Amino acid sequence: MSFDFALLASFAPAIARAAGVTLFLWVVCAGLGLVAGFAIAVARRYGPRFVDRLLFVPVEIIRGTPFLVQVFLLYYGGPYVGLSLDNMPAGIIALSIYSAAYYSEIWRAGFAAIPKGHVEAASCVGMTETQTLFRIILPEMTMLVLPAMVNMTILMLKETAILSIISVPELTLTVSAIGTQYYAFVESFTVLALIYWALVEACGAAGRYAEGRLARYRFA
Amino acid sequence: MSWELFWLLVEAARLTILLSVVSIGVFGFLIGVLVCAGMLSDNVWARRAGRLYVSFFRGVPLLVQLLLIYYLLPSIDLDVPPVAAAIAGMSLCTAAYQAEIMRGGFAGVSKGLVEAADMCGMSRFDTFRRIRLPIAVRLVLPALTNEAIMMLKSSSLVSVVGVVELTRMAQDLAASTYRPLELYAAAGFIYLVINVVVALLGRGLEARLSWGRT
Repeated sequence: MSFDFALLASFAPAIARAAGVTLFLWVVCAGLGLVAGFAIAVARRYGPRFVDRLLFVPVEIIRGTPFLVQVFLLYYGGPYVGLSLDNMPAGIIALSIYSAAYYSEIWRAGFAAIPKGHVEAASCVGMTETQTLFRIILPEMTMLVLPAMVNMTILMLKETAILSIISVPELTLTVSAIGTQYYAFVESFTVLALIYWALVEACGAAGRYAEGRLARYRFA
Repeated sequence: MSWELFWLLVEAARLTILLSVVSIGVFGFLIGVLVCAGMLSDNVWARRAGRLYVSFFRGVPLLVQLLLIYYLLPSIDLDVPPVAAAIAGMSLCTAAYQAEIMRGGFAGVSKGLVEAADMCGMSRFDTFRRIRLPIAVRLVLPALTNEAIMMLKSSSLVSVVGVVELTRMAQDLAASTYRPLELYAAAGFIYLVINVVVALLGRGLEARLSWGRT
């Protein structure tokens, strides 16, 4: 067989647009997941105990089941309970919920890793609980959880590929459609793999750079 | 949802478990050991090859890897059933994660212990066998359990290349019975049960291996 990479080059604009959709999905879902995950972690730590127990169940269910099954449940099962979503919103909601569960666990580990002495010291010098949270806990924790956050966020970039299964017009769907149309599967999936590889490596490098730059703020 | 449908899902879950055991526990682990050995080797090319392997297979979505392998094999005149392509894809992918976890484990063995063994006159092999390996095994166990669970969940992706495992069975049944809600919820429940069992096994193994821990 012959590899016809020129064919894919002629689709470069369409592929670039699809890569834009992938990056859009990634940024939106990771952003929503980060914020929601933080809210979950705070509610579980500072809320009454029953909230912690109540939130334990959905978080563990989401972390214990495949993302693909969650997507199918929302997209195909949703209409049966009056929740008809287009593929794009369904994908964004599913991925945001999925990542919120994982991010919440990372935030939780961050809260748990703050040395007790620091919190006690803050209260000894007369800081209120809110001041302690914003001046001691949050800055320290951000540094502690950063590597795990970077890891998870990169993982999210790859998870967006799964949304192609419900026809979200992102990178994987677009490139495999070209492959199907021109019967050039191997070429298209090779190019697709290389694009993802480049994206992930670039994001990993950016994350490591950020970690290095922020390392001087690390005190815990 | 009737019991018959549920049992069909359970039957299909057996293939999910089989796929996972073979690719995570056998092939993925063996390739992972090889890649880790490459990354820890004194040979600079072996290190580079190991790192390239890990970077590629961790940098590309498993779905894309599976599609690539599924279409690549026939194009080089290797006619294999979809199940084989699925096992190949899952094994190659999990091997990269496992290799990185193992490398981290060996890096976590404190230098003082290795130096002490050296001072006692232990050979390099003995140091590896008696000091570095046992400590590394304890260090990596939680991460490997985690990886097994992640991969078990990712095995749902092989439904895309036509392997009728748990997710694909749920999909097929949902299409024929018009009951996606119950079927996907049931499939999720079965995955959850399997994962809880894996997590418990991992914790049991950790407890067994942690005697004399300092």
